[in-house]
Amino acid sequence: MAAEEEASRPFAGLSDVSISEDIPVEGDISVPVGPSRTDEEFSTLDEPVKETILRDLRAVGNKFIHVLYPRRSSALLRDWDLWGPLLLCVTLALLLQDGTADSDHEGGPQFAEVFVIVWFGSIIITLNSKLLGGTLSFFQSLCVLGYCILPLTVAMVVCRIVLFGASGTIGFVVRLVVVTASFGWSTFASTAFLSDSQPANRRALVVYPVFLFYFVIGWMVLTFSPSTERQP
Amino acid sequence: TNREATTINIEDEDVKRQTKAPGFVHDAEDEYSGHSDDREELLSGQRKSAPFWTFEYYQKFFDIETHHVRERILGSLLPWPRKNFIQFYLRRNPDLYGPFWICTTLVFAVFISGNISNFMAGKYNPQFRKVTIAATMIFSYAWFVPLGLWGFLLWRNNKILNLVSYSFMEVVCVYGYSLSAYIPAVVLCIAPLEWLRWCIMVAAFGLSGSILVMTFWPALREDHPKVAMAMVSAIVLLDVVLAVVCKMYFFSRPGAPVAPPTSGLIKTNTSSS
Repeated sequence: MAAEEEASRPFAGLSDVSISEDIPVEGDISVPVGPSRTDEEFSTLDEPVKETILRDLRAVGNKFIHVLYPRRSSALLRDWDLWGPLLLCVTLALLLQDGTADSDHEGGPQFAEVFVIVWFGSIIITLNSKLLGGTLSFFQSLCVLGYCILPLTVAMVVCRIVLFGASGTIGFVVRLVVVTASFGWSTFASTAFLSDSQPANRRALVVYPVFLFYFVIGWMVLTFSPSTERQP
Repeated sequence: TNREATTINIEDEDVKRQTKAPGFVHDAEDEYSGHSDDREELLSGQRKSAPFWTFEYYQKFFDIETHHVRERILGSLLPWPRKNFIQFYLRRNPDLYGPFWICTTLVFAVFISGNISNFMAGKYNPQFRKVTIAATMIFSYAWFVPLGLWGFLLWRNNKILNLVSYSFMEVVCVYGYSLSAYIPAVVLCIAPLEWLRWCIMVAAFGLSGSILVMTFWPALREDHPKVAMAMVSAIVLLDVVLAVVCKMYFFSRPGAPVAPPTSGLIKTNTSSS
């Protein structure tokens, strides 16, 4: 009976516990409060505008370097931002304009078409990898795909320069080589970041859309042809 | 009736298994045996139905692995009379990955191949808006035709006892994978010979059409013969229309009088002389 009573009051046996005097109890109950510097980190209202912009630019530049030398690093994933992709997309779309407004040379993609392909394509690929069970978040994936357009944008700049200089077959071969190399670079860089988040038996299913995406962008870069001015 | 008796005898093993009670997991689903029990229950036919506006609803259509997709694409490129695509390859697990990405690839393949063939014929006019037109055409074929066919089968199933019934996703899946025959065909159509292009397109149409007919014939043959023949003709005809329109719109006739190819390359007015 006594045992049952003991069992029914689980903490009954503790009522007569006392701490002996010769074991000092000491410690600090206060929660360590960070220095007021944390307040300063979050409140950036007081800093000069130049510093704010430079900080973001530095972050963007840092990610550009990570794309150009793809290593296993989490900078792109942890501190994602969409400024870089926006900058690259606008640059690419502007460079793909050939400046004509006349309708019989309806050549390359319009600004809006490039934008739609880049952003809509990235969103679809992100949805695809999430549906296949990827662990990256939506914006991290968008960030990676957007930043990895950098090699193709560089290729676009190079192509434009080449088009001013060489023309004909040699220029075309040079552009083909440059675009192919940068397409490979883009695909390799983005799969280095994206494929880790997928189970091994679905990796190819995630990589293929990325390949298609950069292939289409590479195609747009390669087939860019500035309009000839009309001869009088 | 006698017809039903003979139907049961002739049907594939798989159909008998499909009409068994849910919860029965047949051998081919051993490949899923690594998963937990409730996943097996989901895969064997009783799917917990999440509402269609949630993410989880669509996730179950992406429940495939690389080798599944590879097998399904090969199965659609090499039609085999005994292997009904839905019953043999899909096995109650239709996916949306295959149809969607095959359609997208086909859109860009048609556009790019058309550009290259035009370029080689001398008329270089990229016309990026053709991508939009190609996308509309191909995605409409891959979504609205299955919708119509599935609706028709559903309507007829009310009138005729039919052991073979396909879900909407399975029909979409078959149509999507049947388009995979057109991708290599369209790339090969870069060749500037007109007769070769038509031969290639006919061959591709043959493959995709036979997949569709062989898949839907078991569902249609129970029906009144005229209705069955009409539906088969409709399936085939729509496939033909797609092939012909793609060929004619994107691959112009070579041999039009134009300047030689090198002058079609990029010219700038600042080219050094």
